[in-house]
Amino acid sequence: MWPIFHKFGSPPWLYAISGAILRWLLPITLLALVTGMVWGLLFTPSENVQGNSYRIIYIHVPAAVVALAGYYVMAFAGAISLIWRMKMADVAMKAAAPVGAALTFVALFTGAVWGKPTWGTWWVWDARITSMLILLFLYLGVVALYEAFDNKEAAGKACAVLSLVGMVNIPIIYKSVDWWYSLHQGASIKFTGETSIHSSMLYPLLLMIAAFYALFTCCLLLNMRAELLQREQRTQWVRKLINEDVVN
Amino acid sequence: MQFCARLLRRQLLLAVRRPLEIGNPLLFFAMVVALFPLGLGPSPDTLAGFAPGVLWITALLSNLLTSDGVFRSDFEDGSLEQLLLAPQPLFLSVLAYIGAHWLTTGLLLAVVSPLFALMLNLPVQGIAALVASLLVGTAVLSLVGGIGAALTVGLKRGGMLISLLILPLYMPVLIFGSAAVQAAVGGLPVAPYLAILGAMLCLAIALAPLAMAAGLRISIDA
Repeated sequence: MWPIFHKFGSPPWLYAISGAILRWLLPITLLALVTGMVWGLLFTPSENVQGNSYRIIYIHVPAAVVALAGYYVMAFAGAISLIWRMKMADVAMKAAAPVGAALTFVALFTGAVWGKPTWGTWWVWDARITSMLILLFLYLGVVALYEAFDNKEAAGKACAVLSLVGMVNIPIIYKSVDWWYSLHQGASIKFTGETSIHSSMLYPLLLMIAAFYALFTCCLLLNMRAELLQREQRTQWVRKLINEDVVN
Repeated sequence: MQFCARLLRRQLLLAVRRPLEIGNPLLFFAMVVALFPLGLGPSPDTLAGFAPGVLWITALLSNLLTSDGVFRSDFEDGSLEQLLLAPQPLFLSVLAYIGAHWLTTGLLLAVVSPLFALMLNLPVQGIAALVASLLVGTAVLSLVGGIGAALTVGLKRGGMLISLLILPLYMPVLIFGSAAVQAAVGGLPVAPYLAILGAMLCLAIALAPLAMAAGLRISIDA
């Protein structure tokens, strides 16, 4: 196991392997996104009470799920970079923050669009919605802290500490609909117990969640590659890479 | 432990010798409280309804503004660097810093808060809950604010950034703090809210010094 662990510390290796992964993952992600979208938006039955407006869950729920999971990815990468001083974990953490912030924004925005016809308001200060807004602030705080440091190595460590501290909030956000009585409905998909959503609507939703996870991975890897090139711009392997590109 | 007590004494002495710096947060508290009747209108009923939230938000803001300076002067004159090199555990040393910060801001704020509560027409049954929730809550705020201060102490433009970093973490404290006062005003039991604030305090005392120590080491290295 250890040789692999050491390889992760090597930027050229990571750059090459992420390129190889993306070559496969990117088309698969696009295919899954398009399939899930068409399936969910056109071929599922309309809902009894909400009519067609419920279809926004095919974007809203995956974005929200992955936005929360993205925070774990960021904090976990931060922990690895603090404990084992692994620079590539640093890069991953830095790359995860803007993607997570964007997904959180998408979840809030689609929720507002859905809330207007259904609840009659764009925004309510309800436990789940407020806590998702806090999640957005947590992500933006990490981005802002990183930008504030001139020394990028210290910036990475500081952001790692901040994202670990922010972890305290994540279980609260995740459980907010169960703990507080709120306008937002509870979770429909459960790992244990009865799922309160019909299979004809569930399968496209699961596909979309998987597609969003893949999308997050793609964005993360693309971001990491850009960051790697920027950080290592003075090294031999980046120069070689650029020269090859110029020749081709 | 003895070192920690001496550090606490030093911080308090430093604070007492500049009484204006102790007075400033209280003055800030009074002024912001005075803004609300001007903005919301002076009707006693309106003010009474908003009073729990207003008092808590004001306490939170004055804590936020003072948190920025917890480590700054010691960072600038180099004594923080000496503290990091000292054999004594940093965990206890930063606790001493935060303890001094809380004693000179949060504690005083909680003590004078009944005065401002009366000015905002907060019903009398809410006052005990206000003092109790501020006592526990501001301690959590000081600990969390210390993390932000430790992470940004080396930065030149730390002031605005620290509010971005720690306000999201302040929010749970605000929720339960003002809920405690509102429950007391409505004649409901306050103990559950205070218990949750107490649990947050325990968690913060156990974990925040670790984050602060890590943050200080990063800031010194940068």
